[in-house]
Amino acid sequence: MAVIVERTRWAFHPLNAVFLAGAVALFLGALLSDITYFRTYEIQWNNFSSWLLAGGLVVGAFAFLAAVVELFRNRWRKSRAWIYALLLLATWILGFIDALVHARDAFATMPAGLVLSVIVVVLACVALWIAVAGMRAGGVS
Amino acid sequence: MNRLNLVAAVALASMLAGCGGGDAAPEQYGANPQLPAQQRGLLPDMVIARPAAWGDRLPTVPQGYTIKAIATDLRIPRQTLVLPNGDILVAEGRGGNASKLKPKDVIAGYIKAKGTSPVKGGNRLTLLRDANGDGTYEMKTVFADGLNAPYGLALVGDTLYVADQDALVKFHYSVGQTHADGPPVTVTDLPSAINHHWTKALAASADGRYLYVGIGSNSNITERGMTAEVERARIWQVDAQTGMHRPYATGVRNPTALAVQPGTGALWAVVNERDELGPDLVPDYLSSIREGGFYGWPWSYWGRHVDPRAQPQNPEKVASAIVPDYSLGSHVAALGVAFSSPAMGAKFADGVFVGEHGSWNRSNPVGYKVVFVPFRDGHPAGNPIDFVTGFRGGDGLTRGRPVGVTVDPRGALIVADDLSNTIWRVTPGAASAAMKPAAPVPSGAMSAGSVGNAER
Repeated sequence: MAVIVERTRWAFHPLNAVFLAGAVALFLGALLSDITYFRTYEIQWNNFSSWLLAGGLVVGAFAFLAAVVELFRNRWRKSRAWIYALLLLATWILGFIDALVHARDAFATMPAGLVLSVIVVVLACVALWIAVAGMRAGGVS
Repeated sequence: MNRLNLVAAVALASMLAGCGGGDAAPEQYGANPQLPAQQRGLLPDMVIARPAAWGDRLPTVPQGYTIKAIATDLRIPRQTLVLPNGDILVAEGRGGNASKLKPKDVIAGYIKAKGTSPVKGGNRLTLLRDANGDGTYEMKTVFADGLNAPYGLALVGDTLYVADQDALVKFHYSVGQTHADGPPVTVTDLPSAINHHWTKALAASADGRYLYVGIGSNSNITERGMTAEVERARIWQVDAQTGMHRPYATGVRNPTALAVQPGTGALWAVVNERDELGPDLVPDYLSSIREGGFYGWPWSYWGRHVDPRAQPQNPEKVASAIVPDYSLGSHVAALGVAFSSPAMGAKFADGVFVGEHGSWNRSNPVGYKVVFVPFRDGHPAGNPIDFVTGFRGGDGLTRGRPVGVTVDPRGALIVADDLSNTIWRVTPGAASAAMKPAAPVPSGAMSAGSVGNAER
């Protein structure tokens, strides 16, 4: 009985939270570095963005895999689980394109890199919102 | 897959590859190359040489010429120098210590390394000697070692100058010597932090009073920041006596070989231009170098064509940018230049030989050969003529990559190949024809990549 209570309490597994929050923070960091590079031309911010994006993609891949697992576990409403997974997928794909844009040299990363970083952060934040809202709607027993 | 999907897939693929597909290469030789619009897809075009052994094969030379490997198993030969008695010095080494700043550097560095020799750089000068003039260089001995990625070589009288990746050094040299008397003496330190483009090209002025040192940029297009570019992308004029220097020309992205023109004494250079603007940008060039001239890098290329990747921009500098003399074509990677002499045969008597290491940033590779640029009245006239080819096959297998070229005044072109670690010698005349006995050449200023015109 106690075991069942434990499982239902974790509608959103802590590890998922770590992955998702990590991705949001790393993509947000990339966006802030992009803004600074765009304003100052100081190349080190461009390097920071590239690595932050790479980190966001690694952590984000785990967050997406966790979302796929969630699809099969039926602890969330079906539609919410699908929206969440697709949002993370879109975040990852655009984040990957953003990383390729950041592989260009110097100011060739701009403004496309900055625009993509904004979109990626917005998508990741919406995904986070849905996950957290889902946790409440899923009902902590 | 229906037609629309196919079209979409092709469009996506070419977008990813930065439009590598077309490759209807525009005419890009000479004084007025066509410069297409800048382009860069999500991935840069990358086609890397696939190394293969020569086996029984030889590079291809024009009818009536012979090519022979005169030294093999070297350790990354780059530039050569023909000494007054016909001995050949070979600079061997691999330099650079640029750290990987972005994930891109890690990935691209790994891919590009596949197209080069795995041998460790020699950091030495090797001397080759053909004592009886039969065309076989039977002696191969280390003239000096413990150097730091030596590249440019020049002989002025009895002083041998060597441009290491971090310093210009000198040895005393007397004709016939096979080993340096002792460690070299430093003439001046050279900019060496990071050393993204590490090769230090070298030529001596006709009177031997000055040395010209080519110093490449520390990045493709400022992606390591402008502070990394202090004293980079320029040619120094160094006083041979005092070691004092001043910039002779600036904005020269990567001057990989220098040569002083016989007769006029003018300084010429081959320069590698920037990548990742498309398959037909930016042309590498051969140019006489104007004292005090600015050649564009990083803010512009081929005169005033602005490169938006270099920010903040610099309109004043762009306005002063000089248009180079002669386009060799984009991405050919010219690494060697040498003025010819009548001893090379009538067709190749007046002009320069250029060693082209070959492209990476192009889906249809170019370079990987030695070309001859004909001159008339002291200036380039006409398209380059293939002189040594066959380094890269149509199957992508690459057996060699030319670097330095040097004209032996007795009538031979010496070509260093840093993929197969070979020195090639091309002579006018049919195979097995013995060369003329080694006659002493008047001593004077001789440089890697210049005929020793004894005007001293």
